Amino acid sequence: MHDSLPDAGSLIARLADAIAPTLTPDTLIVGIHTGGVWVAERLHALLKCVQPLGTLDISFYRDDFSRIGLHPQVKPSTLPFDLESRDILLVDDVLHSGRTVRAAMNELFDYGRPASIRLAVLIDRGDHELPVRPDFVGLTIEVPRHQNINLSRLDDGHLTLSLA
Amino acid sequence: MNLQLTPDGKLHHLLTLDGLPRAILTQILDTAESFMDVGEREVKKVPLLRGKSIFNLFFEPSTRTRTTFEIAAKRLSADVVNLNIATSSQSKGEAILDTVDNLSAMNADMFIVRHSQSGAAHFIARHVAPHISVVNAGDGRHAHPTQGLLDMFTIRRYKGAFHNLTVAIVGDVLHSRVARSQIHALTTLGVPEVRVIGPKTLLPTGVEQMGVKVFHDMENGLKDCDVIIMLRLQNERMKGALLPSAQEYFKFFGLTPDKLALAKPDAIVMHPGPMNRGVEIDSEVADGPQSVILPQVTYGIAVRMAVMALLAGGTA
Repeated sequence: MHDSLPDAGSLIARLADAIAPTLTPDTLIVGIHTGGVWVAERLHALLKCVQPLGTLDISFYRDDFSRIGLHPQVKPSTLPFDLESRDILLVDDVLHSGRTVRAAMNELFDYGRPASIRLAVLIDRGDHELPVRPDFVGLTIEVPRHQNINLSRLDDGHLTLSLA
Repeated sequence: MNLQLTPDGKLHHLLTLDGLPRAILTQILDTAESFMDVGEREVKKVPLLRGKSIFNLFFEPSTRTRTTFEIAAKRLSADVVNLNIATSSQSKGEAILDTVDNLSAMNADMFIVRHSQSGAAHFIARHVAPHISVVNAGDGRHAHPTQGLLDMFTIRRYKGAFHNLTVAIVGDVLHSRVARSQIHALTTLGVPEVRVIGPKTLLPTGVEQMGVKVFHDMENGLKDCDVIIMLRLQNERMKGALLPSAQEYFKFFGLTPDKLALAKPDAIVMHPGPMNRGVEIDSEVADGPQSVILPQVTYGIAVRMAVMALLAGGTA
């Protein structure tokens, strides 16, 4: 199954092409740690976005905290802008249950009231548990429930997708 | 068995820094770092402890510690109840464990305990149901672990690392639970030289066995220090035979600009508060450019958020 996943770089390029016509100079790109930040960094560069890039760590907003506790490596959320009345493009690597996106939206609203939030994901693997759908998607794919799709970054910065 | 840790090595109570592994101290400091920005955003809250009930059980008066615990709990969206036991049912003679049982019956999830008796928090931790966590907010002369942790957080923020530092703790080490927690944390985190400076009457006998160097004068003690931690001289000590007078103490051990100049030029000055200006510290130093005393208070909130979040997670 390993070779059935396409190259991450070409998926990101496809995503960027889909997003480009809808992007305004005011759009703020926000990536969700960790994989979503990598994708957001690429999109931010490809789309020549003039606004600073935002990053979110949703650990403090997860709905499974009381069962599994705090994620061991929480990274700070960095939103170097006022998001009041702004258009947000939220970026993640893999959309599965939708719970991460729900947590991310809750966190964004604790910083202010955006005018709109749109969602871009590298891969939508289905099996959603919440009414969350991407506005932009690199690849829609069905994967057996017990398998994970992982995005990893090599030392040279190259992004690769794998099934485990 | 360490009462503070679960069988798989996670923090369950925070009672003392003595015996806590470096990995746990570092985890708390790292988690606190990620809570730092919560205090600066529009909504100064995260929903992590929503629905949890935290009781501030203060058998001894405190302003700063109680307030920062309260703010920390509220920023985590917990429900906080403050009990000043000195003015409530303890004065009617209720035993500590009866108070704890009653509050447990109100579905408490965590107790923050301050008590003038050493070991009070341990006593409560041994008694409560397994799902309840206890945080020691200062017990007698024994320990004040969250103060020790926020001091480490402050040092790391200003100095970046621990492995190359000389840290001096100055003053009444004998009566100080803060100093004990600081010494445990500094040595665990790998500070190569920890000094204690004070008159013989205010240093515990055998303090060298905690891994510190002992000095009885500021001139030698402060030389080449990166961090100077001043301790509060408790006024009630003056009534005993330990010290001649506050003026005399200030002359020899009060931190003045002249004495501060003996340390490294970029040394930071810390104090757990409340300060006795003109007794252990000169106002010019306390309010001066090397003082990080107010940042300590701010960091105390993030550090206490980290402790409560780590304790409350995964124990249900």
